[in-house]
Amino acid sequence: MTQPSDKRSVPNADNGLKLNRRTMLAGSAATIAVAALSGAATAEPAPGLSDARDPLVRSPGGLGAARPRRDGPLKVRGEARFAAEHTFPGMVYGALVFSTIARGTIRAIDTEAAQAAPGVVFIMTHENAPQLAPPEPFYSSPTGMAGSSLPVMQDASVHWNGQPVAVVLAATQEEADHAASLVSVAYDAADAVTSFEAATAGAEVAKYAGRDLQYVAGDAEAALAEAAVSVDLEFSTPRQNHNQIEPHAVTVAWQDGILRMHDCTQGVDLSAITIAKVFGIAPSDVHLTAEFVGGGLGGKTLWQYHILAAAAARLAERPVRMTLSREGVYRICGGRAPTRQRIALGAGSDGRLTALIHTGTTVKIAHNAMTEPFIDASEHMYRADAMHLEVRVGTMDMLANTFMRAPGSAVGTFPLETALDELAEKLGIDPVELRIRNEPDKDPTTGKAFSQRAVVEAYREGARRFGWQRRSGKRLGRREGEWLVGTGMASAYYPYKRFPGGAARITLTSDGKALVEVAAAEMGMGTSTATAAVAAERLGLAYEDVDVRYGDNTLPGSLIAAGSQQTAAIGASLTAAHAALVAELAALVPEGAALHGQPAEALTTLDRSLVLAANPAERISFADLLARSGRTSISAEAKAPPPAEAKEWSMHSTGAVFCEVKVNAITGELRISRISGVYDCGRILNEKLAASQFRGGIIMSLSMAMMENTHFDERNGRIMNPSLAAYYMPAHLDVPEIDVAWTGIPDPHAPTGARGIGEIGMNGPSAAVANAIYDATGQRIRDLPITLDKLM
Amino acid sequence: MRPFAYSKATSEPDAIARGGETATKFLGAGTNLVDLMREGVEVPAALVDVTGLSGSIEETDNGGLMIGAAASNTAVAESAAVRERYPALTRAILSGASAQIRNMATVGGNILQRTRCTYFYDLEGSRCNKRRPGEGCDAIDGFNRGHGILGVSQDCIATHPSDMCVALAAFDALVHLAGPGGRRIVPLADLHRLPGDTPDVETVLAPGELITSVELPAAPVDARSTYRKVRDRASYAFALVSVAAVLRVTDGRIAEVRIALGGVAPKPWRTREAEDALVGATPGETAFVRAADIALSGATTRPGNAFKPELMHRTIVAVLQDLAGASE
Amino acid sequence: MAISINGQPYDVPKDARVSLLDLLRDTLDRPGTKKGCNQGACGACTVLVDGERILACLALAAQYDGRSVTTIEGLARDDSLHPLQALFVEHDGFQCGYCTPGQIMSAVALREEFERGSPSGVSPDLQASPERSRAEIKERMSGNLCRCGAHNGIIDAIAAYVSEDSL
Repeated sequence: MTQPSDKRSVPNADNGLKLNRRTMLAGSAATIAVAALSGAATAEPAPGLSDARDPLVRSPGGLGAARPRRDGPLKVRGEARFAAEHTFPGMVYGALVFSTIARGTIRAIDTEAAQAAPGVVFIMTHENAPQLAPPEPFYSSPTGMAGSSLPVMQDASVHWNGQPVAVVLAATQEEADHAASLVSVAYDAADAVTSFEAATAGAEVAKYAGRDLQYVAGDAEAALAEAAVSVDLEFSTPRQNHNQIEPHAVTVAWQDGILRMHDCTQGVDLSAITIAKVFGIAPSDVHLTAEFVGGGLGGKTLWQYHILAAAAARLAERPVRMTLSREGVYRICGGRAPTRQRIALGAGSDGRLTALIHTGTTVKIAHNAMTEPFIDASEHMYRADAMHLEVRVGTMDMLANTFMRAPGSAVGTFPLETALDELAEKLGIDPVELRIRNEPDKDPTTGKAFSQRAVVEAYREGARRFGWQRRSGKRLGRREGEWLVGTGMASAYYPYKRFPGGAARITLTSDGKALVEVAAAEMGMGTSTATAAVAAERLGLAYEDVDVRYGDNTLPGSLIAAGSQQTAAIGASLTAAHAALVAELAALVPEGAALHGQPAEALTTLDRSLVLAANPAERISFADLLARSGRTSISAEAKAPPPAEAKEWSMHSTGAVFCEVKVNAITGELRISRISGVYDCGRILNEKLAASQFRGGIIMSLSMAMMENTHFDERNGRIMNPSLAAYYMPAHLDVPEIDVAWTGIPDPHAPTGARGIGEIGMNGPSAAVANAIYDATGQRIRDLPITLDKLM
Repeated sequence: MRPFAYSKATSEPDAIARGGETATKFLGAGTNLVDLMREGVEVPAALVDVTGLSGSIEETDNGGLMIGAAASNTAVAESAAVRERYPALTRAILSGASAQIRNMATVGGNILQRTRCTYFYDLEGSRCNKRRPGEGCDAIDGFNRGHGILGVSQDCIATHPSDMCVALAAFDALVHLAGPGGRRIVPLADLHRLPGDTPDVETVLAPGELITSVELPAAPVDARSTYRKVRDRASYAFALVSVAAVLRVTDGRIAEVRIALGGVAPKPWRTREAEDALVGATPGETAFVRAADIALSGATTRPGNAFKPELMHRTIVAVLQDLAGASE
Repeated sequence: MAISINGQPYDVPKDARVSLLDLLRDTLDRPGTKKGCNQGACGACTVLVDGERILACLALAAQYDGRSVTTIEGLARDDSLHPLQALFVEHDGFQCGYCTPGQIMSAVALREEFERGSPSGVSPDLQASPERSRAEIKERMSGNLCRCGAHNGIIDAIAAYVSEDSL
């Protein structure tokens, strides 16, 4: 048996994978580049898309290279300026006062002492706030970027414990914070729904992203009752918070009618549009930049503090820097909602699923459209004869819950993959084998063909790298001194998405360089680094000759770094802009020159030249073209086509995770000692960045399994651990060396062959941990987090 | 944070003269006090910075150590004498906080740090008898995973969060005080008060009294000591439970034992009855289990911390077994 | 008296409430030192004072009169990165970059702590000079949280740094 242990070990090319492939090593992550597709669907391109014939899908050129981050030197020098690190002349500092009741009315608000405090410039409450339209939340409009549609400081009503009730502006942060502490608020409290039980008593089938979170095929309960082997289990997952290390902040100024914002957002254009609508101004009257964002994870969107800072700045006629305190982040920027879930699986003795039931409840607020869609992995991962999948949701009086890394699937894969482990044990079938036996040949719920899927290869490669011991119903755990050691595995899943709104502009200059401009966001994924590589490949330029501008709403497109889809959105935008650029270049070809008269569709770019696609030897260099037409630059902008690919195909990323845990036999302390993840996410655009993305997701999932828990006090709806000292997430000593790899098989229907990698790491490890704990201890823990008291 | 006057004490008498003023507090490195001031839990009108006073670590005439209250936690942990003779103290300090905080935090400040009960910290939104005596305690029926099981009261179940103090208690450390009323010495184990119905009064310090040094009596010859901390993550977290123990075994019998518990009580918790029961016993599981039973006999729990007696029991037994094994 | 910051003297703020962190970020407009929690729980504000790492958020600036502070902005010499900064780029020891200055400053001091033989919470023998192992590095870096999940790269970079023979 192989013990991979060292993450730098070079994978053995001669292994169980029956694929013609080469292995590569770069940085600390290895790539399995699979040259021949085996078992993966290969079909005709979707209407309107030509990606399957895209040369970049088939031949990636320099894509994948482990290039270091372009913004690395700035960040390590501390010279990257984040939202709260920009200044305006005359700028003042903001502080917020938060409500202490979950629902009711402000009876009186006394700001006299605060007004008199040193340095105070202005105080805003509902009594003097300007009239503002309610913000548009996600899924309420194509451009909604707010966490909730609640009006912001428009009346005396209180809707959650922690709602901002006053804004104080002062000359320094110390003065603003002190004055805020002097604001005295009297409330008339009303009955509030602050318990999960009460909120979900009348829960209804949830609507999410335009559909019901419900799928029924056959009579799953009957099939379960008749199954040869079955499990029927209850799980719970707690509230969680993003805890980006950069607390939310914005620096705003009204300058000549323009609302200028230095923000931290995952969608510069959508944030600008949403706040413009709140103030009744044109989106073009908002100039929002967010070059560096100190962690997003789904939570850096448009929250009340943006609106309050901008409103107070306008009334006070002073620029404002509003940095939320860490407590403030917990009070007004939402996190992941809790869930309670049931998984019931029925199978024949051969392990083939006859019934798959995944149902449960969660909560949201009345003023948003965000229900944790925790059934999505169950919809697409396994075949079953009968299925019942359903999410029911109730509303409660709390801060708006929101998207947090891998919404739905992060908390949905935990029970699904744990239940499969329990079923495998009952069946006496190895858990990897059980999954392979239930690998669908088409999408189990939509019936569509997979655009590309190689999860079985991921299982096999993961098992090989990890040194998985096959098991048949018996625990293999062992004891090492005080520590009980066990291993477990789980599948990973995340859907492919590409949101509409992508666009890009490419400008070629006579010095042989290109500028790519796209209103994309960057929270650390490496957007500019990956975009430059794709653009260079597409343009036929050196990577170093491509500059990328992003993080500014005045740039083309309406992109959002969410749902692991920005890479695809940028890829499609670049494809479109490149085609437009080729057309522009074609129009410049002078008479008598090579390529003259060739239709743009027959041309492409290569080696700093416009070339005939069918015969690249026929070419004219960009420099020549520009010189001969008397231009110093040429620019083309285009929008990405609508995302038809995901309607035609079942497009999903998958993977396999294997881990080893140690549980202290005396204290129940849990340590993760080894973990390997192998992912099938389409083409990998930069090995270094990709490895970090996968590991980041894995670490957050381990953290979810081990320790994360927002303490929501159900007596009054107040979060009681609004602090990085009291909300635990892993310290360095908790994090093992993480082995990651990928199939690297391009998706013929995704732009540039890449499906997106930001979230899939989040799905699977928590279940793999729980399964390994069982192997080590014989205990099945179905309620997260798995703290030591549950393991004693 | 409320505005305050800041001054730096130039000498011990200077500090005591300034510290007698109304609403004045002594300031160590501020790693807890500054945080509490920012939260509005502490609102001193004046701070007297005592970090410039003695932080030296010196041998005493009777074979012990005298540690100036301004010594940093790091300095104590790294002291060659402490590492050699009081290893449980080094281990306790190194298990607490982070390197950055240990570099800042003083010995005096560590002793006087306040509970991390999140209801205590929530000035605006929660009731706390420690902050506003008589208003009630929201922790008792709230989130109380980290809260106490020994020495707690109906008014307060908060714990003292220090690791260092648990080891100091096990070594019978003495706290030297100076104040307007003169100098005195208080055993560390008697410095903190139990909450009873006055959880706001946390120590026996008189107004204006300053911790000037901590004295470690000579370490028992041939004794072994260690510190074990159990928490919700591998590092940089407060103890759920912790145990500091000193054990000397002579001729197969326990000649001397001291056990102090952390994470479970409003003060570093010495278990003298359990210790008494162990002296003269044969070291081994039977005796250690009985000692742990005695140590925890008065435990009361809430739903959130109901696991603590069992966890503490197991940890006590494991620590004693480790020390007994090492003594053989 | 004054506080020396990266070799330059600055007046101690008149408002005693001002932390060393706010002095750097707000008063002096040197935001390389980050504010992640302002409560001593994340390590993003780590700076060196007379060579030792501390948390600037918990430090009242007034207490540092006469002391010498080094921040991330004072680490690189002119155009070239400090060796550890270069190692962070090489080993991809960050994503968003917000915890990065604190991680780097913390690790610069960590190397000094190894060199003077400081034990840590995971050192098996308190008397012996500690091994420069990954476990030792992780324990000593545990006061610096990262949420993006760049932990492996951070420890790779620091392991390379502390094992270098000389700078």
